Amino acid sequence: MTTTVSEQTPSGSPPSTPLLSVRDLRVRFPTEDGIVKAVDGLSFELQQGEILGIVGESGSGKSVTSQAIMGLYRGTRAEINGMITLDGVDLLTLRDEELRKRRGEDIAMIFQDPLSALHPYYTVGNQIMEAYCVHHDVPKQAAREKTIEMLERVGIPSPAKRIDQYPHEFSGGMRQRAMIAMALINNPRLIIADEPTTALDVTVQAQILELLVSLQQEFNSSIIIITHDLGVVAEMANDILVMYAGRAVERGSADALFYAPEHPYTWGLLSSMPRMDRLRLERLKPIRGNPPSLISPPSGCTFHPRCDYRDDARLGCSRIVPEFDASSPHPVRCLIDPDDRKTIFETDIRPSL
Amino acid sequence: MTAPMSEGPGAGSPAAPGTTDAPRGRRHFSGRRSVTGSRIELGDVLLEVENLRKHFPMKSKGIIRRATDPVKAVDGISFELRKGETLGIVGESGCGKSTAGRTVLQLLTPTEGTIRYKGRDITGAKTADLRRLRTEMQMVFQDPYGSLNPRQSVGAIIGAPFAIQRIEPDGGVKAEVQQLMQRVGLNPEHYNRYPHEFSGGQRQRIGIARAIALRPSLIVCDEPVSALDVSIQAQVVNLLEDVQNEFDLTFIFIAHDLSVVRHISDRVAVMYLGKIMEIADRDELYANPLHPYTQALLSAVPLPDPRKEHKRSRILLKGDLPSPVNPPSGCVFHTRCPKFRKELTEEEKKRCVSEIPLQISHGPDHEVACHYAAPASFEVL
Repeated sequence: MTTTVSEQTPSGSPPSTPLLSVRDLRVRFPTEDGIVKAVDGLSFELQQGEILGIVGESGSGKSVTSQAIMGLYRGTRAEINGMITLDGVDLLTLRDEELRKRRGEDIAMIFQDPLSALHPYYTVGNQIMEAYCVHHDVPKQAAREKTIEMLERVGIPSPAKRIDQYPHEFSGGMRQRAMIAMALINNPRLIIADEPTTALDVTVQAQILELLVSLQQEFNSSIIIITHDLGVVAEMANDILVMYAGRAVERGSADALFYAPEHPYTWGLLSSMPRMDRLRLERLKPIRGNPPSLISPPSGCTFHPRCDYRDDARLGCSRIVPEFDASSPHPVRCLIDPDDRKTIFETDIRPSL
Repeated sequence: MTAPMSEGPGAGSPAAPGTTDAPRGRRHFSGRRSVTGSRIELGDVLLEVENLRKHFPMKSKGIIRRATDPVKAVDGISFELRKGETLGIVGESGCGKSTAGRTVLQLLTPTEGTIRYKGRDITGAKTADLRRLRTEMQMVFQDPYGSLNPRQSVGAIIGAPFAIQRIEPDGGVKAEVQQLMQRVGLNPEHYNRYPHEFSGGQRQRIGIARAIALRPSLIVCDEPVSALDVSIQAQVVNLLEDVQNEFDLTFIFIAHDLSVVRHISDRVAVMYLGKIMEIADRDELYANPLHPYTQALLSAVPLPDPRKEHKRSRILLKGDLPSPVNPPSGCVFHTRCPKFRKELTEEEKKRCVSEIPLQISHGPDHEVACHYAAPASFEVL
């Protein structure tokens, strides 16, 4: 692994070589009922030190994307097309051994459910040490010391004792900390956190998010945080990517997404969410209908059957697939004229948020 | 199934001071009467829970399996529920909120305490009595997958309450069930389908249709929307509000999501380790939380507002929830209480460690169980 991009500062730096670049990623699963297009032409880039939030509801393809980046669909029936490059190396064409080397060393993943991601039969320490020993040729004692140090770093009390305990002896928050220790022990440059706090209580979630942010700053790693919780991305992310039915529908800075969102689906997400910090006098405004089938997604704009602002006659929402220019600063996959979108947001959406 | 239990002595008693004209304007009531033809008016106390405890006995491992200390899931909670209101119960997992809801409905037998429904003590009611009571008290469960029998058609699931209570609605069960399906936004033609053919949101609608089938007056909703995506969650929240208005329902809404609870509740109770820490009018609780735990809980929720989020201060609670088998002495929260650690003198601390704080009134409709309850020293939201 080279270090050509390591001097870049987080967000705002000139977009030279990105750490991670995903281009036209397609992931399909053949099933008895037909081909599930879980990810359908996704492109995005991530700079060193940046935190990208990917939001979307179940079935939007956000977790599939992360597992494709990790190469976890190898040896399955999933068909993967497109390009995923890390530091200019295409991960999809790497041989299995080379990819295995990069996993953990360059990219690490934090899963949603630490109880099923940790092996119940091995001690927590064994599992973390294994992750370290795969990439470092060190004596066992050194690996053990490193593990204890890491457990301490993620805030596990009496790590020298805890290292020999089994996952079931840890609480949910502790298990997630252990997962984070395992992910970070090789100091990876990219961490993918897939719903890292969804299974946790809010006070524990606050601890874990704080920990992730402080570790990210310490190691200057990049994070992709995948979540359905807009509060979590508001707190963590510099940039946000909104996914719907396997496609990116909007991407922008956290400020742009929360204060000047342009895609009707993003509006729908924001309007359907109750707020804790203020009282909304009106009823919640749900997005109508249900998420689409990924086997036969709607034609044209996949969101058009649920969109309150579609204009089929004038714009052809059900026929034309809107473009998504991943290189622009705030790309939006929508056929409505950008000026009209801004007007709709200001007059229709913002007042009721 | 009519009348016998409806008219208790407390039915006509005046509501607690300041509650009858409570700002509950957003609910409008159709004036329909409950099946038992009760005389309880809106705003009157419908349900009173006093010092309710639910302990689960534990046995030691090994051959002898001696009884050991019980799990004190709910350990002495008291609250009132007024007709037509929604009481939100929030807290983290393991705080006893679900057990509280189930014990109130006597799906679990209370260990101690009294539950008065319409003024009548229903604690320890016999099975037959309870069955009749259940026409008035229903439940909506969290897991839309686990709470519907996969081998029963939707028609049979929603019609089950009629079968159990041996009630024949006017026009027959099928017509009534189809009307209910229509009411909750399901296609009545799907009467013969099975749960697996429905999405999570639709299944939750089935659960709601089943709960309102007998026109109950009280529904305990246990995390009814936590398994759903936001856009679907909003649909179900709106549906719950609609049926509440239409059928004069009183809700106990149990959830861990503080935003949803704020949206739907009139009053909110915060639980920690089997006890109520704070109970107050919704707006009061969110604007002026007095218990250090409530303050920490509210400050922990990330807001979908990056600029606000970056300015906010956050109290991080250290450590994990203590075991409910062996809860801390005195105030159960003192082991993690930021106020206890940072602000109190040694003398004051002694009181927290030794004396169990009671729910004490701190203004109209605001009770706090803390010896040193005070407004937060920072902006919570």
